[in-house]
Amino acid sequence: MKELARRSLGPAALLAFLGTMVLGLFVTPRDEVQGNLARLLYIHPAEAWIALYVGFGSATIASILYLWPRTRSAGMDVAAEASVEVSLIFILLTLLTGSLWGRPAWGVWWVWDARLTSTAVLGVLALGYLALRRATDDPQLRARRSAVMAILSAVNVPIVHFSVLWWKTLHQGATVFNPGLKLKVHGIMAETMLLSFVAFTLVFAWLVRERYRFGMTRVQRQDEVLAEAVANRQQEGIHS
Amino acid sequence: MLVAAKDLRIELRSRVLLWQVVPFGVMALMLTGLAMGPNSQNAANLAPGMFYLVLLFVVILTVSRAFAIESPVGTSQSTKMLGLDPAGVFLGKASAIFLQLLLVGSVLLLGAATLLHIAAGVVLHALPSVVLALGGLAITGTLYGALTSGISGTTTLLPVLALPAFAPLLIAGERAFTSVALHQSGLRWLLLLILVPVVYTAVGILLYGVVEE
Repeated sequence: MKELARRSLGPAALLAFLGTMVLGLFVTPRDEVQGNLARLLYIHPAEAWIALYVGFGSATIASILYLWPRTRSAGMDVAAEASVEVSLIFILLTLLTGSLWGRPAWGVWWVWDARLTSTAVLGVLALGYLALRRATDDPQLRARRSAVMAILSAVNVPIVHFSVLWWKTLHQGATVFNPGLKLKVHGIMAETMLLSFVAFTLVFAWLVRERYRFGMTRVQRQDEVLAEAVANRQQEGIHS
Repeated sequence: MLVAAKDLRIELRSRVLLWQVVPFGVMALMLTGLAMGPNSQNAANLAPGMFYLVLLFVVILTVSRAFAIESPVGTSQSTKMLGLDPAGVFLGKASAIFLQLLLVGSVLLLGAATLLHIAAGVVLHALPSVVLALGGLAITGTLYGALTSGISGTTTLLPVLALPAFAPLLIAGERAFTSVALHQSGLRWLLLLILVPVVYTAVGILLYGVVEE
């Protein structure tokens, strides 16, 4: 069952993604005011959902579990790293698609808007997390410090979320996760947008799982190399 | 207190703050004045932002220095052998950095008032927000300083990690300062200047031991 779920994750993600594309490009109507530009609605909010909440949420949970002595394992550290790496990709995609919308709508590729700026800061923090991981070869030191860094970075997520409420911003308020949780789109447009959330969540899960498998293989390989080196050293000791 | 006193005593003896950090800050302020051109109105409008930008670089230098004094072999181990509570060590280091920043911040504020043409009344009214911002920067900087200490590339890694984290304090500090200059209420910015350090202090008290482990 577990193997079936593992094997079907990739195809399910691809299917949901294709479904979103077909509905978003060919089935949903043009927006009365924004025309085809509104079709970015079917990817941009879902990317932001992954980048902020799913990605940093899972990285923070994995980091807390790593720091908690009872649940501490290399797997938690690798899961946190995988989540931040994939999150960073989604942050960049969020900023890119936001810019693509901003140019025709606002007349510029970038504005110093609270939502845009705080998202970009979160991206730099994610880069910093990855830089910190590459600054030391000691696996335990790396895991401990990057876990703390992930938790510190997560402090920024509420700032990004509430930025549209706290400051006067050009960026519109939340379409889905607003205080009343009331969807601001309806009909086939709402259904397509919700499908995009499912699709991008599946894509995130698939990418993180693959990255996790790669990371765990690397950890196991390092353990094997270390064990081999110790065994060789012991052999040398016996012979000498 | 023990850790703060130790750090301040080392600083007093080495005088790195006085001979290196303060001159750097003043020089950076002068360069911002040169970069903005001779229009004094332009300089006065941009002065709060420029002051905070220079302050951030000074914080990076001060935090770097605060953790560099732990780098000689055996220094951090001997501190650990004292059996001090990690939360106490965190608060002690943050206090020492805060006191140093108060000193440099005062010099920079005077420099900004003179070089960037900020009215003395505005400086006085903005003082509480500057002190709050310095406290927040000291606490946040201490956490990130600890995260990057003792690993390769500390000097380049610290700004990469800390500067984005300083962003909320930079925005709140600059807005609070500008609000004073424009005779507007800067209360919500002051609240942010209180909230951010409170969150980082809580995280620091909980996690500093893990970082130093």
